[in-house]
Amino acid sequence: MAQDDQHRHDKCSEALAELYTFLDGELTEARRLAIRSHLDGCAPCFEAFDFEAELRLVISHRCRDEVPEPLRDRIAALLRQAVAEQTDATGGSDGVPVE
Amino acid sequence: MADPATFADQAMPYMGSLYSAALRLTRNSADAEDLVQETYLRAFRGFGSFEQGTNLKAWLYRILTNTFINSYRSKKRRPDEAELDEGEDLYLFRRLGGIEAVRAGRSAEDELMDFFTDAEVKEAVESLPEQFRLAVLLADVEGFSYKEIAEILDIPIGTVMSRLHRGRKALQKRLFEFARQRNLLPEERTGESEPSDGADRADRTSDVGTEPVEASVLANEG
Repeated sequence: MAQDDQHRHDKCSEALAELYTFLDGELTEARRLAIRSHLDGCAPCFEAFDFEAELRLVISHRCRDEVPEPLRDRIAALLRQAVAEQTDATGGSDGVPVE
Repeated sequence: MADPATFADQAMPYMGSLYSAALRLTRNSADAEDLVQETYLRAFRGFGSFEQGTNLKAWLYRILTNTFINSYRSKKRRPDEAELDEGEDLYLFRRLGGIEAVRAGRSAEDELMDFFTDAEVKEAVESLPEQFRLAVLLADVEGFSYKEIAEILDIPIGTVMSRLHRGRKALQKRLFEFARQRNLLPEERTGESEPSDGADRADRTSDVGTEPVEASVLANEG
């Protein structure tokens, strides 16, 4: 019994050590499946993994900002102008201004 | 070679995420706007060397971070490492995971989403020393892979992983401070000392297994 507990504890430590790599989708398929199967049978680990996964979603959703319209317009205009200048320099040598 | 005329069509859709990242990096909107504009102009000029079919978003982020590092970050050299205030693993989970207010009724995700405000999460990310902030932004907000982050920041993958690990722990500690400042936590959890209940949540091997795990992120995954 004590041995079982120890075994289980080792599995938990192993899983937790790979928590971020798992959530980042960076484990090999074999390791991913091994962790997955541990999580299916271990509620405390599942809860911890789930919390971390959810926290990540929160961070990602909360860190979004709207681009100010004037900035978007300004960059679009600068890029149009840059393309026009390039076309002008390479092909438009007859002096016709490019809109 | 990439056609400059197609640059705007390809690159403009990433402006939202580039601008958000620029805000986290510069911490003010005037500099963030300048940084994004500079990034687009540099990217346009360098677009000829961009290999079509490779990851344009990662390429734009590389330009953004290089431009930031070279031009916008504060002049004083980074005392970074010394300033990083890390909690232990599962810092937040061990403190918030068991709180009824967080979990009761709704999914933990909804509760967590409401638990911290936009301003708090942003400020917590912005409080991280630069190199950790960059890693966390690229991975957790933008979802880049370790390999992509290594290329964007020009550092080895092992360094990416260690910065992420440490940055995330520091971020959790900062978030917990906000919860504490707002008195969102029951009294016994607000002290410096280790919380009595829940401290060993992740190590518990008995007394669980019967709790229903509602709507969860992991449950929907492979």
